[in-house]
Amino acid sequence: MDLQTLTYIVVGATFALYIGIAIWARAGTTGEFYAAGRGIHPVANGMATAADWMSAASFISMAGLIAFMGYDASIFLMGWTGGYVLLAMLLAPYLRKFGKFTVPEFIGDRYYSQTARIVAVICLIVASLTYVIGQMKGIGVAFSRFLELDYETGLYTGMVIVFFYAVLGGMKGITYTQIAQYCVLIFAYTIPAIFISLQLTDNPIPQLGLWGNLEDGTPLLQKLDMTLVDLGFGEYTAQKGGTLNMVLYTFSLMLGTAGLPHVIIRFFTVPKVRDARYSAGWALVFIGILYTTAPAVGSMAFYNLAKTVQPGPVAEADGALSYEQRPQWFKNWETTGLLTFEDKNGDGRIQYRKGDANELKVDRDIMVLANPEIAKLPNWVIALVAAGGLAAALSTAAGLLLAISSSISHDLLKGMFAKGISEKGELLAARVAMAGAIVVAGYFGLHPPGFAAQVVALAFGLAASSIFPALMMGIFNKRVNNVGAVVGMLVGLSATLVYIFTYKGWFFIPGTNTLPNTADNWFLGISPEAFGAVGAMLNFASAIIVSKMTAEPPEHIQHLVEDIRVPKGAGGAVDH
Amino acid sequence: MSTAQDMSGQAYWKANIRLVTIHLIVWAFVSYFCGILLRPMLSGIPIGGTDLGFWFAQQGSMFIFIAQIFIYAAQMNKLDRRFDVHED
Repeated sequence: MDLQTLTYIVVGATFALYIGIAIWARAGTTGEFYAAGRGIHPVANGMATAADWMSAASFISMAGLIAFMGYDASIFLMGWTGGYVLLAMLLAPYLRKFGKFTVPEFIGDRYYSQTARIVAVICLIVASLTYVIGQMKGIGVAFSRFLELDYETGLYTGMVIVFFYAVLGGMKGITYTQIAQYCVLIFAYTIPAIFISLQLTDNPIPQLGLWGNLEDGTPLLQKLDMTLVDLGFGEYTAQKGGTLNMVLYTFSLMLGTAGLPHVIIRFFTVPKVRDARYSAGWALVFIGILYTTAPAVGSMAFYNLAKTVQPGPVAEADGALSYEQRPQWFKNWETTGLLTFEDKNGDGRIQYRKGDANELKVDRDIMVLANPEIAKLPNWVIALVAAGGLAAALSTAAGLLLAISSSISHDLLKGMFAKGISEKGELLAARVAMAGAIVVAGYFGLHPPGFAAQVVALAFGLAASSIFPALMMGIFNKRVNNVGAVVGMLVGLSATLVYIFTYKGWFFIPGTNTLPNTADNWFLGISPEAFGAVGAMLNFASAIIVSKMTAEPPEHIQHLVEDIRVPKGAGGAVDH
Repeated sequence: MSTAQDMSGQAYWKANIRLVTIHLIVWAFVSYFCGILLRPMLSGIPIGGTDLGFWFAQQGSMFIFIAQIFIYAAQMNKLDRRFDVHED
């Protein structure tokens, strides 16, 4: 069977599965819509969290980032997993005990302030919306590349699918589809990795193959270092960036991971406080399966690529691959424009080098997608990768859309403008808000703003510098009051925004940046993406100082904090 | 809330803070220290064609993170029962 038909069958089957689950898991109450009735088993919630968390970027882009950055890409591996330790120990169990539905609701109640709640809603919507645009784009691209439909058709199809199960099922429908999506994406990711690891190192476990030896007895990583040095690049395993930047970048990603609302609300769905702790562990197990495979995929795919275009010694003229003899996968990706060859010296050979002599441009996103073809794997594996990429994008998009819609219907509508709204009315409002959010996200997916790639830094920066500190202090510091929290959030937020805008352009308008975005111009060598950690520190410091200078929080708030610190009595919140 | 319960609540919280602090020290040690800052000092310990610091940064720290969450969850379950603040 040809690849095209096979891909249609595999992708079609997974979509039918998602829709089937949506019909089976309809939400009847707001409790089900916002928190799946708090009846999700911690292991199941861990799996859903993993699918929620691992986006198109994790699935498609991360291994490519690792391939081209080598050791320096460790920031993503540690940063995007280390946040779960913070979540398990500092946030998830307490927010579950609090027993409400949204992140701004906790901030509003704990700091007895509507202003704090509104600031939190704004941070949440900006962070989630910028993040969801990327997923919509991912859906459109995956469709157009694998099914040869045009981008728009792909995007509309994706929107209809998400609409179906997110609007109908809310958190309940999303959770069960995410579990199915996790299974699809993890199979799609690990199967090619197992094959490629076997081929290169004789070890079927990629996590071990990474440290294994190649056929000639040299370790893979050592050979990769040598190959890259020969081509004029730096060693794969050497550190290239500044140390302070690396530390702060990792810290920003950890704080951002723990502070992203669509991840936090997943922990509202488990029955008990102790389930929230274990569930974070299970989430990290399921995330870890992909994240520990990624360094193997990155290094092995890169090694294969380098060996393909440079089969012989660099010093000899015929060491580089002749363009006429390029393999079939090379031709396939050339047609997408993501792999381009320009014969600068006119010798008909592909020189892959650092600097001006380089003739090969490789988009890093193709590393995962082209992997099965480079390793000559059967067509069904390639079809599976397409379904896996779509599962990753759809599951993350749905989680983000739920975070947005619940904060509109629950925080803005029920919390402020229509306090007396009935259960039925709120459920309807939540569905309308969800539909609206899908349309807005779809619009931005069709007309991606020029800054789409840069705004992911913004999502993490906002979560790290405003949401995370406010939540953590709300639990661990009884003395922080309404004024302190609002000042802290605004200080953290504006410092991070100003720093990002200084280098990336004001409001992301190209050309308006105050300083060029290069390492020499960064303050102490800190990149804009790494500044969220500094923003968080400023948030903590200013909130604590301002709170010290102003009145203590009222007694009932202090009791509230004492109450969320102990697990006893969490069951009652189910009927909330 | 009676005073006796108050006291036990405070002791429970103190014990929790102690656990969290220890875990965060381990968490920072394996990632920021072994994986980044102390990597030059670990470069003498070879592993699979590179050094121990690279292993911590690209694999080891993630395994330790996972172990930490489960250990902390088990420790807290014990603590919940010891101070009689567990659910059901």
